[in-house]
Amino acid sequence: MNPGSWSLWRAQIGAILRLEIKKNFFARRGLWVYLLALMPAVLFGAHSYLMLRHQRVCNLGRDSLIFATFFEFFYLRLAIFFGCVGVFMNLFRMEMLQKSLHYYLLAPIRREVLLAGKYLAGVVMTTAIFCTGTALSLTLLLLHFHPSIVQQYLYGNGGLRHVLAYVGTTALACVGYGGVFLVMGFLFRNPIIPAALVLIWESLNPFLPAVLKKVSIIFYLQSLCPVQPPAQGDFAFLAILAEPTPAYLAVAGLLLVTAVSLWIAALQVRKLEINYGTE
Amino acid sequence: MNEREIVFENVSKFYGEVLGVNRVNLSIPPGITSLVGPNGSGKTTLMNLMTGLLRPSQGHIRVLGVTPDEPERLFQFVGYCTQFDSFPRSMTGYQFVYSYLRLHGKPHAESKDMAWHALERVKLTDAAQRKIAGYSKGMRQRIKLAQAISHWPTVLVLDEPLNGLDPLVRAETIALFRTLAEDGLHVIISSHILHEVDAISDQVILLSSGYVVAEGQIHGVRTEVEDHPMQILIRCPAPGLLASQIFQLDTVVEARVHADGHGLLVRTRDPDRFYLLLNRLVVDGVNLESVAPADDDVHSVYEYLIGPDGGSI
Repeated sequence: MNPGSWSLWRAQIGAILRLEIKKNFFARRGLWVYLLALMPAVLFGAHSYLMLRHQRVCNLGRDSLIFATFFEFFYLRLAIFFGCVGVFMNLFRMEMLQKSLHYYLLAPIRREVLLAGKYLAGVVMTTAIFCTGTALSLTLLLLHFHPSIVQQYLYGNGGLRHVLAYVGTTALACVGYGGVFLVMGFLFRNPIIPAALVLIWESLNPFLPAVLKKVSIIFYLQSLCPVQPPAQGDFAFLAILAEPTPAYLAVAGLLLVTAVSLWIAALQVRKLEINYGTE
Repeated sequence: MNEREIVFENVSKFYGEVLGVNRVNLSIPPGITSLVGPNGSGKTTLMNLMTGLLRPSQGHIRVLGVTPDEPERLFQFVGYCTQFDSFPRSMTGYQFVYSYLRLHGKPHAESKDMAWHALERVKLTDAAQRKIAGYSKGMRQRIKLAQAISHWPTVLVLDEPLNGLDPLVRAETIALFRTLAEDGLHVIISSHILHEVDAISDQVILLSSGYVVAEGQIHGVRTEVEDHPMQILIRCPAPGLLASQIFQLDTVVEARVHADGHGLLVRTRDPDRFYLLLNRLVVDGVNLESVAPADDDVHSVYEYLIGPDGGSI
């Protein structure tokens, strides 16, 4: 195959995906990511269990607001955020520390293709974990409601669209944060520093000028959430969306931020050297 | 640009302020080339530069006409067995070689066949389905070698490939290198084991503190070392008589009778004229049992150019 052909790149990306997923998907060191992803499901499951046990039924509208708040303030801002820190920053860094990255660099692969393969592997892993977590949380949240109420919610009141929007937002969060933390993995050796910097930046988002707001992931993700958290209570200040962005613009904006991150990562990976002694 | 050689043009590599290699100019032809030098002399740096794992601070490198900045072209024909003794986790030997071939973009069946063939060549088929984590040092060395040769490269770069191998496997591996070199491959080896380097190399590159101090065929390099006249050991029944006759050449600087009284160690600045003189003496009836150069080897060249305390060789 021609070194510059799409079919070769596709085959190589497939090989990288298989290798990365085999190495990392069920690795013991990634257990905490699964715990983060499944924590809401456990909480909503416990809630439904208690409701069923005490034969009480909540208000579906109120529960969907609770879920929206939990989704935005815990799942997006913390669980997926730190999950992506753990997965994407380590795609290259961990192999550098384990002194095994050079095997990839000794294969006839364009560095950009290697980057794409590793990024896709990270996206596949985090999307599978966190989208499962989101879908499971919603399922368990609805568990204690009567099937007729659930059916009415899903098919009559746009609930199914909400479910798809939550799962889609989760996947886009993995895509966006993945790109950001992939590039951070090249620029920083210690993941805590960039994670803290990005977390502060994302938390400051509601207070930033309109132009700077757009240079973040959470800005677009907030706009994609189907239900906005109530604008009262302790976290109300974080929930304020000065200029809600239409969904198509939010997706485009998020993909643009991701593309810029990946472009910077591509520049870095071309300069990458194997010098394990300094790691 | 020579497309049959590995060319370094004024290549320097600095790690911050630490010198890796400095102003290296080399042309490496096909055959077995050994990089010799103490620890920290720049052998691994040179290998990492030619395979693109490091980038030169200045200068240009071309491997058979291809720059190391193009891994997608370079590793079609280059195999590199590094010194790093670490592997991707939880892989068997077979998976290690097979997955590398899949990274080349080769389909499953072809990768499988090529992987098994490479494992056969390094005699590791029996242990192929075992995890590398359970391999001995020698087996790990061989599985790296299997990976490096699995895609039939024409340039094979081997950083300390004989480390950890037992004598039998070592001999077999050296034989494999010879076969590869006879097939027209570039085989570039760094090694600490000088007598083996001496036995297998077509040419040597001597490195010290990041500089190339000598390069070429061993005999040629030895001849260039003018500060140290060539030593020749002659076994004969009457060394005293021989000593009196060889001083007719003004290039003979020393003749020492061997401790057992049956040999003469001669130091000469012009070995070619000295051998001609010996021929004449034999014709004239002087009895000689054997004549052999005593320091026309890598070890001596290394010691003369780099010094006996040059490193851990």
